[in-house]
Amino acid sequence: MSETTSEMASAAGTTTPVTIQRRSVLRAAALGGIGLGVLGAVGGTVALAAEPSSTTSSGPTKQWCMVIDLRMCNGCQLCTVACQTAHFLHEDQTWMKVYTMTNAAGEEYPMPRPCMQCEDPACVPVCPVGANFRTPEGLVLVDQSKCIGTRICMNACPYEARYFNWGAPEPAPKQPFAQSPEWPVPQVQGTVGKCIDCAAMLPTGQIPECATHCAMGVIYFGDLTSDTAVNGQGQTIKISSFLADNNGMVFKEEYGTHPRVYYIPGHGQDLVSDHDAAS
Amino acid sequence: MTDVIATPAPVEHRVDHELRSAVLRPVLETPRWWWPSILVLGAVVVLGIIAWIFQLAHGLGSAGYNNGAFWGIYESNLVAFIGVSYGGAVVSAILRLTHQGWRAPLTRIAEATALVTLPIGMIFIIPHLGNPGKIWELIWLPYWNLSSPILWDFFAVSTYLMATIVFFYLPLVPDAQVVLTQLDAEAPSTRVRVRQTLYRVLVGRFGGTPTERRRLNGSIGLLAIMIIPMAVSVHSVLSFAFASSSRPGYMETIFPVYFVVAALYSGVALVVLSVAAVRKLYHLESYISSRHFVRLGFLMIAFGAAYLYLTFTEYLIDGYSNTAGPAAWVYQIIAGRYWVPFWFYFVAGGLVPILIMAIKPLRTMTGVTVASVLVVLSLWVKRLVIVIPPATEPIVRAATKGSGAVSGLWGTFHFTWVPISITVAATAAIPLLLLIVFRFVPALSVTEMEEVAAESSHQGGRP
Repeated sequence: MSETTSEMASAAGTTTPVTIQRRSVLRAAALGGIGLGVLGAVGGTVALAAEPSSTTSSGPTKQWCMVIDLRMCNGCQLCTVACQTAHFLHEDQTWMKVYTMTNAAGEEYPMPRPCMQCEDPACVPVCPVGANFRTPEGLVLVDQSKCIGTRICMNACPYEARYFNWGAPEPAPKQPFAQSPEWPVPQVQGTVGKCIDCAAMLPTGQIPECATHCAMGVIYFGDLTSDTAVNGQGQTIKISSFLADNNGMVFKEEYGTHPRVYYIPGHGQDLVSDHDAAS
Repeated sequence: MTDVIATPAPVEHRVDHELRSAVLRPVLETPRWWWPSILVLGAVVVLGIIAWIFQLAHGLGSAGYNNGAFWGIYESNLVAFIGVSYGGAVVSAILRLTHQGWRAPLTRIAEATALVTLPIGMIFIIPHLGNPGKIWELIWLPYWNLSSPILWDFFAVSTYLMATIVFFYLPLVPDAQVVLTQLDAEAPSTRVRVRQTLYRVLVGRFGGTPTERRRLNGSIGLLAIMIIPMAVSVHSVLSFAFASSSRPGYMETIFPVYFVVAALYSGVALVVLSVAAVRKLYHLESYISSRHFVRLGFLMIAFGAAYLYLTFTEYLIDGYSNTAGPAAWVYQIIAGRYWVPFWFYFVAGGLVPILIMAIKPLRTMTGVTVASVLVVLSLWVKRLVIVIPPATEPIVRAATKGSGAVSGLWGTFHFTWVPISITVAATAAIPLLLLIVFRFVPALSVTEMEEVAAESSHQGGRP
C-alpha cells in the first residue's frame, strides 16, 4: 500500500503515464469492425466522431482538477446540499455524495465523492449515441439532448457517480447560464446526469459550489497547468507539492480511469478498492 | 457448392392429399376459436401498451427503477425474449443441416416462433430507454458511437431479424404455391381475391419445377449455415453490454457462451410449447407424435446440462476467489437476498428437466411439455438473477473485506404493475402473432414433408 501511495504522489502532479488503455482496445475493435467492409465507405467519419475530444494543438489554458483533503472532512454533507441546491436535483441525485467508509481498524470515516472527471473515462466509450464527451479542459460531460437513456454509462462508471432522472426533474427558476452540458439545469427526464464540476461557473472565476460551501476547507479546486488549487476558505495550494507531501492518491487507481480528483488520506484509511482487499 | 448443402437430388414429388387437406383447412376456413382467442390476447397486449404510455408520462421510476437499480426487468426481458427465438435457428437450421428427417413437421412451427418472438424481444429496447423518442439516433449514422456494445447489439439483432424473416419466407414459397392452387379452385369472392393476391406476391415467379426446387433448397441450406453464426453473434454481443464493464457479476468472460447456451436452451423449450399448442389446436396428432417431443426434449436437456455446468463454473470461480465484490455477489445469489429465484432456476430449470428426460416413464409428450414450461419460466427468472444483482450491488465500498458492503446498501428493483403488465403483454403477443401467422400460413411445411417422405421411401428408410 505504501508503495502505491508514494507512486501516486509522484505521479499525481503530472499526467499519469499510460501503459495499457482499455479504451484504445475498444477503439481498435471498432475500427476493425469498419474493416468488415460493410461500413467501409462511411466508417472514417464515424470513427472520428467516436473519438473523445482531446487536447488541441493550440492547447487549452486550463486542466481542471480537484483535491479532497480527507483529514479535514467531518462528513457534514454541506457539499451535497450545496450541489443539489445549485443544480436543482432530487434528494437521491447525490452528484456529490459523502460515503461512509470503514478502514482496516473498523473505524468509519467520511469520503466525499464527486465525478472523478477521469482522463480515461469508462462512461464515454460505452454510450451508443456518443452523448458523453470529454472537454479539452478535462471535464467529462453529458449532452442531455443526445442521451437516449440506455444507462450503460451507469453500468460502466466504477464510482457510482451517475444518476438517472427516473421521473420529472426538480423544477428550476431562470438560470444564470443557458441550459447546456456545462449547466444541465433543469435536468431532463429519461436522461442521465452527473457532477460537472460546475463547468459553466468556471470561466467566471468561481470554483464549484461544493468547494465554496465546504466549511472545513476539504475541497480544493484548481488547474493542473498552473499547478494551483484553492478551497472555499481561500487557502491556495501548489498541487504537485501538496500531493507529494501528503501522500496524495486517486480512488480505485487499478481501474485505469486516471481520475482528476486526488485524495489526501487521513483517518488511517486505505483507498484501494475491494478487488485488492481480499488478502 | 449447392451440392454440399442442398438435399440430395430431388426424387419425383408425390402429393400427399390427406396431409394437404388437414394442414390447409385452418388456412382456408377460419377456425371457430380464432376470433375469441385473438380478442382476449389482443386485450392483454392493449393493457401492456397502456402501461407503457403510463410509463412514458411518469418516467422509468414508475417501472420500479431507481439509482440503486439502474437495470432490471426490461433488460432481462430483452435477453429472455430474444433468447427464446433461438429455437427457430436450432430446430430448423441445425436439424436441416444434419439431415434429420423427423424435423419436417416441426420446421414451420419453429421458424414461425422465431419470427414472432424476435421482434417482441426487440421491442423491449423501447420501454428500456429513458428517452425512446430519440431512438432514431441508433439508426442515424452521425450519432453512432462504434465503441459502444449497445450499438453493436442493435446491428447484430437487426441483421438476425432480417435473416429470420428470409429463413421463414424461403421454405414458405412452395407452400404458398400449394395454397394458391387450392384458392384458384374456390368460387371467386372478394376474400378469395385478396388472398390470391397475397399468395401471388409470396410465390413470386416460383414455378415449382425440379430445377427451381433444387435451387430453393440450396438457398435454404446456405441460409441455415449463415443463420447459426448470426444467432451466436446476437447473444454474444448482447452479453457484451453487461460484460464490458468493471462491475462484479457483469465482468465475466463466460458471459457470451453463457448467454448463447441459455438462449438455445429456452429456445428449444419454447418450440416444444409451440409444437404442443399447434398440434392440439390444428388437430395434427397424426403428423406430430411423442417421438418428436422426446427428441426435442433430448436436444433441450443437452443445452440444459451445458447451461447448468456454466452456471456452476461461474459461481464457483467467483465465489472461490473470495474477492469482496464478486464473492459478495455470489453470496447474495446463492444464500442471500436472491436465493429464492436462483434455487427456483436450479431445481425447475436445471435438475427437473434432466430428471424428466432421464426417467423413462416420465419421458412422454406430457413430460417433455411440462419440462419445457419449467425451462421457459425458470430461464426468464434466471435472466433476472443475471441482470438485477450486479445492477443493485454497491460497488463503492470500504477497502477491508470484513466490512463488506459497508458504505453502499444493496439497491432494490421494485416490480411495479407497469413492467409486469408489459411483460404479460409481450408473453400474450407470442400466441397472438402465431395465431395470425398460422391463419395465413400452413402450420406444417407441406412441401418439405412431402419431399422428406419421398426421399426416405426412395432410400427405403423411415422418415
